[in-house]
Amino acid sequence: MNIGDSAPPFDLPATDGSSQGPGATPTAVVFTCNHCPYAIAWHDRLIDVARDYGGRGVHVLFVNPNDAERYPRDSFEAMKERVEADGGWPAPYLRDESQEVARNFGAEKTPDVFVLDTQGVLRYRGAPDSDYEDPSQGAAWVRGALDAVLEGREPEPAETEPVGCSVKWLPSG
Amino acid sequence: MELFWWKGCPSHPRALEVLRGVLEEEGLDPEAVEVREVRTDADAAGERFIGSPTIRIDGREVAPEPGEPAGLTCRVYRLRDGRISPTPDPEDIREAIRGGPR
Repeated sequence: MNIGDSAPPFDLPATDGSSQGPGATPTAVVFTCNHCPYAIAWHDRLIDVARDYGGRGVHVLFVNPNDAERYPRDSFEAMKERVEADGGWPAPYLRDESQEVARNFGAEKTPDVFVLDTQGVLRYRGAPDSDYEDPSQGAAWVRGALDAVLEGREPEPAETEPVGCSVKWLPSG
Repeated sequence: MELFWWKGCPSHPRALEVLRGVLEEEGLDPEAVEVREVRTDADAAGERFIGSPTIRIDGREVAPEPGEPAGLTCRVYRLRDGRISPTPDPEDIREAIRGGPR
């Protein structure tokens, strides 16, 4: 999927028992997982984004697409346990068991962030910020993209290189 | 000194850079590192490889994780300041080189 393309709609099961997907609000779709050190290193920053932008009408969706057969730490059960251990997240954690959503989006890594506008058009794709080792970066690229979308501007940058572990595709994938 | 890596994780170049940097600081040959790719589950089992990158000095893990199963995955390290990282803390490498507690 390229910047300016319409994102494919989806509806995935969440750890809280609901089923969710992008709606008519700005949305950050974050492909992530439980076991990747890059995803873990950036996790708190992305949770802060969900918390900070929730009041501004932004929907953040965390999506785990990894093959849980080979990576049991990414199973739906393990996802539920993680959210519960954290005392809940301010955004849903969705399971992409078939990997169809990740494939349709063209997700490559965990994390890999896609920011959609109210029309579901892709406005930003890439890493949360420039340095997984520096918490003070605060997911600045995602925040900048969301600010731009909320203000009707084009994000700058609109695209960065996703950094992280490869999506763990199913053997047939 | 051995650095084992798997292509599913992008962290091994950084890990090698850190390892070589510590070796140099310790007055050792930074080129003495044997870099070994782990390609299959069978290789991982045979090498007791619990994730990429894995660094061993004289056959001992720089950051041992007893009980962790072998497999093609990415390792999660915790730095001494508490941050999560895909590569070990340089001070853990230094301590291992000096033969300190592990």
